Amino acid sequence: MQQFDPTVITHNLPQIASGFGITLGTWVAGVAIGVAVGFLISIVQLVGPRWLRAILRAYIELLRGTPFLLQLFLLYYGGPSLGITLGPLTAGTLGLGIYASAYFAEIFRTGFRSIPPGHVEAAACLGLTRWQTIVRIQVPQMLVLIAPALTNMVIVLSKETAVLSIVTVPELTFVLTAIGSATFAFVETLLALSVCYLVLVELASRAGMWAESRVARFLA
Amino acid sequence: MFDTDTFLQGFPLLLHSATATIGVSLAGLFIGFFIAVAVCCARLSGRRWARMLGGAYVFFFRGVPMLVQLLLVYYLLPFIDINVPPIVAAISTAALCTASYIAEILRGGFLSIPPGQIEAARMLGLSSFDTLRRIQVPMAFRMTLPSLVNEMVLLTKASSLISVVGVAELTRTAQNIAASTYRPLEAYLAAALIYFVICGLLALFAHRVEHRMQRG
Repeated sequence: MQQFDPTVITHNLPQIASGFGITLGTWVAGVAIGVAVGFLISIVQLVGPRWLRAILRAYIELLRGTPFLLQLFLLYYGGPSLGITLGPLTAGTLGLGIYASAYFAEIFRTGFRSIPPGHVEAAACLGLTRWQTIVRIQVPQMLVLIAPALTNMVIVLSKETAVLSIVTVPELTFVLTAIGSATFAFVETLLALSVCYLVLVELASRAGMWAESRVARFLA
Repeated sequence: MFDTDTFLQGFPLLLHSATATIGVSLAGLFIGFFIAVAVCCARLSGRRWARMLGGAYVFFFRGVPMLVQLLLVYYLLPFIDINVPPIVAAISTAALCTASYIAEILRGGFLSIPPGQIEAARMLGLSSFDTLRRIQVPMAFRMTLPSLVNEMVLLTKASSLISVVGVAELTRTAQNIAASTYRPLEAYLAAALIYFVICGLLALFAHRVEHRMQRG
């Protein structure tokens, strides 16, 4: 058995830091794409024609019913057959965003559905147009109601970024397992990897709890 | 362009490997359930060290991606002279990972059992282990069944990760077909379709269980 050697980590710090940066970057970008697309989908589901709603329903169900890894493979390896050739980083970030969009759309939809229908009817009675009702009544209430589900999904996505390593995105997992394979220091690298994710997830969940408590005052 | 032949010809092999996907997920869920009962009892225990231990378990396995857990099991166990074949590493990881989520689900179930039920069992002379085995776990199981089926859906999807250690499950087989036919799009679409059907059936089952429970 090898001696435990922390220098494997300290000597490769710049690489690890860059991997951590890419993990953070893909996470933030994935969340941003997911929230934006998911929000759009949920709005269209609110006001769109029936056929469009059916298509979006199928989009959500297909993405939620298949593994993220397979979706990445489809985009990264299957894409070229359809003329879509993307680099690992682009495919990874885009894949994460598309995957997330289905879950965020579902979260937004349940948020809209848990608003008492009386609020929408009252808005209509007061003469607000459909758009005014959405922008001023439904969206603000929905955002308050979904805060816990939203932060939870954001945290889940931070862990999903590890899957990007399989399509060779040079993020944290990729960098540290590569160092592990090169030096045979699997213990050191995998422990460091676990610690990095634990810190990331813990910080994210603390931030999420803080945000939820800020939003909770609107619930009273 | 899209090659329907490759798409269709992949199905016999893929369906065969889907049994491995379902097998690993079921075995992981089954073993994970027992780990989860232990973790949950520790978290609800009166002893401080047990609560901390259970809390640490949940903290670790929910805070680290399943892929990293898989690598930990696969690469670290040989270091302490335990050589695990890929399939064992896969099932253990699935069980360990899902146990942390099931423990949290069960905790809600345990806490919602009316205390009178436990007191009655103790009065009738059941030991605390018998009370756990015959009263608390069955009641919590029935109450949390829809969430447990949902966990099975999540685990089925997460089991695609075990392709990384070379277990010939659905995703791995799709990779092999993609490599041998040079048709990744068709191979992965066929695999995705099978995952979709499995998850859809499980979701339908969860839905029916929920309905039956609401009827009482």
